[in-house]
Amino acid sequence: MKFLRQFGIILLISFLGEVLYVLLPFPIPAGIYGIIILFSGLQTGMVSLSSVKETSDFLIEIMPMMFVPAAAGLMDSWQAVKGDLLPYAVITVITTCAVMIVSGRVVQFGVRRDRHE
Amino acid sequence: MSEFFETSAFFAVFLSILSYGIGVMLKKKWKLALFNPLLTAVILVILFLAVSNVDSSVYQEGAKPISFLLTPATICLAVPLYEKMELLKNNYKAILTGIFSGVLTSLASIFLLAFLFKLDHASYVTLLPKSITTAIGIGVSEELGGYVSVTAAVIIVTGVIGNMFAETICRIFNIHDPIARGIAIGASSHAIGTVKAMELGEVEGAMSSLSIVVSGILTVIGAGMFARFIR
Repeated sequence: MKFLRQFGIILLISFLGEVLYVLLPFPIPAGIYGIIILFSGLQTGMVSLSSVKETSDFLIEIMPMMFVPAAAGLMDSWQAVKGDLLPYAVITVITTCAVMIVSGRVVQFGVRRDRHE
Repeated sequence: MSEFFETSAFFAVFLSILSYGIGVMLKKKWKLALFNPLLTAVILVILFLAVSNVDSSVYQEGAKPISFLLTPATICLAVPLYEKMELLKNNYKAILTGIFSGVLTSLASIFLLAFLFKLDHASYVTLLPKSITTAIGIGVSEELGGYVSVTAAVIIVTGVIGNMFAETICRIFNIHDPIARGIAIGASSHAIGTVKAMELGEVEGAMSSLSIVVSGILTVIGAGMFARFIR
């Protein structure tokens, strides 16, 4: 029963996320509302860690595989990208690296400074 | 052949798992960034579809049970985050500043490059939400008048780039702190990057998950402002 209960709780939160997506006027998907709901639940003690833990570990472990269909679907948008391929490719590569470097360096600087205080 | 696959309930899901499994095996054998499991899996699926002459839409339809699990799995990212709550509490200033500067870097560098490449408004706003999770990014692109399917493609490519090169970039730029690495990966390459962060360590994974949520929300606000800069 443990797994059924855990999966049930996770699906209930997914559903609540969907409800918020419909009710609220922001372009924020159900998954993000769901993270916030589950996190608040754990934090306030309304959801105990043991009531989601194993199923959650399983879902996170198989999560990488879930991106395969979406990424394989890239081929279908080839026609739309073809014309502007060079700018799209250059911008995608450069900005991704830039964001990683800047945010990483800023956090590292801050963490080390706070530790010394 | 295609007809058989069309009626099979399990082929698309199995093909996805098998391809990803082969990807993980190859990565174990040759530890090069090029042998990224997701990249390998995608190439194998595309090759299989081409060789067996199965239509891409047949595969996509059959793979729907996988996509169904994506939202519940995303929600579960709250669990490692909760387990690392102490770290978040003790470093919240550094973490929030880092995510904010990451979002700003993303929007500003896209603006700058789009300006240099003389992109029109629609192409520019298509790219603006490229570093955040697909579901939010598509919503932002649609609202600002971008090409939604291109946004989805660019977001996935961004994730794969982040996933492949995170270790190398962090090494070159001396980013060794696990909190900093996690935030950097999540802010630049959302959930697909987070998969790599989870591999690097529990702290990296938890911080990357947090970074997806916060940078996603900040980008919703920031992209609306940046959209006005190219008309």
